[in-house]
Amino acid sequence: MVPFRLNGDAAQFDDGERDTPLLFVLRGPAVGDMTPKLGCAREECGACRVLVDGDPAYACTLPAGEVEGRHVETAAGLDTPVRRALLESNATQCGYCLPGIIVAAEALFRLNPQPSRAEIAAALDSQLCRCGSQPRVLSALLAAGGE
Amino acid sequence: MKPLPPALAATPSLDRWIRLTGEGGVIASTGKVEIGQGILTALGTIVAEELDVARGRVQVVSAHTGHTPNEGVTAGSMSIETSGAALRQASAWARRLLLERAAARLALPADSLTVADGEIRGEGVNEPLTYWDLADQQFDFEIRHRTPEKDPSAYRLVGRDGQRRTDILAKATGPAFVHDSDAELHARVVRPPSLRHRLTELDVDVAAPGRLVVDGSFVAVAHPVEFEAERLARRVAGHARWRRIGSPPRGFDIDESRRETAEAFPLRNGVPSPVPRRRIATTHRAAYSRPFLMHASLAPSAAVAVWHDGALAIECSSQGIEPLRHVIARVLGIDPDAIEIRHVPGAGCYGHNGADDAALDAALIARAVPGRRVLLKWSREDEHGFEPLGPAMHVEMGASLDAQGGIAAWTHDVYGFTHVARPSPRAPGVDLLAARFLAEPFQPTLARPALGPEVGIHRNALPIYSFPDQEVTKHFMPDAPVRTSALRGLGAQGNVFAIESFMDELAHAGGTDPADFRRRHLQRDAGALTVLEAVLDLSGGLAGSRGLGIARYKNRQCCAAVVAEVSVDPETAEIRVPRLWIAADAGRIIDLDGLTNQLEGGAVQALSWCLKESVSFDAEGAVTSRDWSSYPILRFGEVPEIETVLLDHPERDPLGAGEATVGPTSGALGNAVFAATGLRIRDLPMTPDRLRQVAAR
Ligand code: FES
Ligand code: FES
Repeated sequence: MVPFRLNGDAAQFDDGERDTPLLFVLRGPAVGDMTPKLGCAREECGACRVLVDGDPAYACTLPAGEVEGRHVETAAGLDTPVRRALLESNATQCGYCLPGIIVAAEALFRLNPQPSRAEIAAALDSQLCRCGSQPRVLSALLAAGGE
Repeated sequence: MKPLPPALAATPSLDRWIRLTGEGGVIASTGKVEIGQGILTALGTIVAEELDVARGRVQVVSAHTGHTPNEGVTAGSMSIETSGAALRQASAWARRLLLERAAARLALPADSLTVADGEIRGEGVNEPLTYWDLADQQFDFEIRHRTPEKDPSAYRLVGRDGQRRTDILAKATGPAFVHDSDAELHARVVRPPSLRHRLTELDVDVAAPGRLVVDGSFVAVAHPVEFEAERLARRVAGHARWRRIGSPPRGFDIDESRRETAEAFPLRNGVPSPVPRRRIATTHRAAYSRPFLMHASLAPSAAVAVWHDGALAIECSSQGIEPLRHVIARVLGIDPDAIEIRHVPGAGCYGHNGADDAALDAALIARAVPGRRVLLKWSREDEHGFEPLGPAMHVEMGASLDAQGGIAAWTHDVYGFTHVARPSPRAPGVDLLAARFLAEPFQPTLARPALGPEVGIHRNALPIYSFPDQEVTKHFMPDAPVRTSALRGLGAQGNVFAIESFMDELAHAGGTDPADFRRRHLQRDAGALTVLEAVLDLSGGLAGSRGLGIARYKNRQCCAAVVAEVSVDPETAEIRVPRLWIAADAGRIIDLDGLTNQLEGGAVQALSWCLKESVSFDAEGAVTSRDWSSYPILRFGEVPEIETVLLDHPERDPLGAGEATVGPTSGALGNAVFAATGLRIRDLPMTPDRLRQVAAR
């Protein structure tokens, strides 16, 4: 078995899945974290975003073997001011892009707790939202940094 | 008294709409579905308001055949009007019946009782009764006529700010979408290159526990491990040979030869009519167009199905589970009552996308593996390649001006393909993707012009303005080179883009201020005039690189006005939209935040269509824009800051708003680009290449 940490807890997956993209391992029955989403499987939409040792990664292409012994964080584990700010201001529509946006925004806020609108937009430029929730995501995060 | 809301007249049993739970809760049922528009939150607020209970007590259960009321399709920004009206009236009845029961128990007149959060009090009553003390009988009541509803002036929840969406915490932190369902088998479809291709050869072995399902040219694989299903699909695709049947499409442009053979239907009393078109002489003319567009949902379509003893259970994110059930039954040759469909949210769909198709795909695969729960997902390439597209449009405008620079005569000729191809039990064909590929195929319905008011191609072709003379004509072209169907707003986006651009052109031609020019022609719709003034107030006016657009959706629903501000990079010719202002009148506001979210989301999507989007094809008719690089959409760094003001009218019925801003935003954008550059962009999208082409003319 390959050990790693998921949102602070010990987790593992089968040796045979080292080459499987991390997204499928996380969402598979052994781990069962459904928050990272499948959107494109080619690093173009950001729906699958996770943090690996604090850095944002595309789980849709990252071979699961690469997180051996490392810490993976997903939106499910990020009960942070960033996630609360987005939820409290209804900063989404269908919500499919939301877990990825939470992860990407969290990565930014850890480095830069009071980002400008332009800095937030740049950090989220990898994250697609088809419903048009971007203006309120930006406002919610700007307010979260200002507090 | 007003008649019952139609949905309630169709399902008069009160228990089908409202039930009390043993735990002090209320369950409200709707046939409408959540597609990211926040409808379940808004409907729950209506119920809590009318019943006088805390918002947190109300849970809204959505579309499930045989369980919730049948409310057809969730579309056209109608849910708050139809399901909202039904649930409001049903809640008023529930409250009345509960108060009558309480009155009998307390030996007090019902109208002397008061309710707060489900607690009923009256003179001399020390221990209040609660709704739940009285709920043992449920309702068992048929609604035959109206009962009075709460006066909007007494509202404490409806229209108040600060409401939280009830569904989004789960969406951020756990399984919430049909894609997240548990499954025994994960399935993928192996698609042909295009709708015109059929399978000629497939020589491949699939070992257990993998499964290969082939029915004619419908090819699918399944595997207990999701990634193995992906790999299997790729391997099988490598062995499949396809050939094109019939002739290649005759092109994708609405060119002159296509326009000449289109069927013309001038609008009479708002309805397309088979009468000769009146020729009106015009001095100003301009033609506008939009390309084929995608819904491009962020999640590829998905569905769950399980086949048990000849019966089928489906979970999917279709906007119309009842019609879908009948059409799938027809394809499978089984009784519709043997199919149960439950709506589970998908990502936003913005109209008729692949959600229904995925349900049939899953059903076909499930039938081949009885007893196993199958979760079918499309790939991104298939979503972009096979979803029904929003049709291209071509709009020719004409006008002549009077001596004062006002419009004396107006013509509007809109050419297009069908916007209406949802699967329907009433349609002669089967409008689900897989059906045409089966060994015993079902052909799609031959497109016919929709001839009701404000549908399809001619939605919002009638101007909001009054002119002394006008002729508005729908031109229907049956020969769409691809599958097309409903995309947010249907024809409204192309028509309003043309109308609002042309109004701007005419204002400049007559030397009039574009806002004044609109005021002058808006006499018929005082509400629209108010919305116009509101957006001008909010934005501070049209000075600088700003443009205006206004329309009333379907000429009777939400009125929205938009001011857009642009900057155009002189080097790259890229258009940026730093700011946007929206004013809207959607009648009574139920959920202020939800309404704002819908209006702003529609505006952002329209900017994306207008600035970036265009489906590309090869000569065989296959879609070649199959990913997010070849079909780019607006990104975080490109969205404007938006300010929105809503005009509340508690005395009127609430109106849906999800589609109200797409047209006005499109018009405002084009007009702002003109203000900034002096270039009139009449063909969407307004890419840097297009700007350079127009500048070079
Ligand atoms: S699914 Fe990973 S970037 Fe789209
Ligand atoms: S909220 Fe639907 S994709 Fe972002």
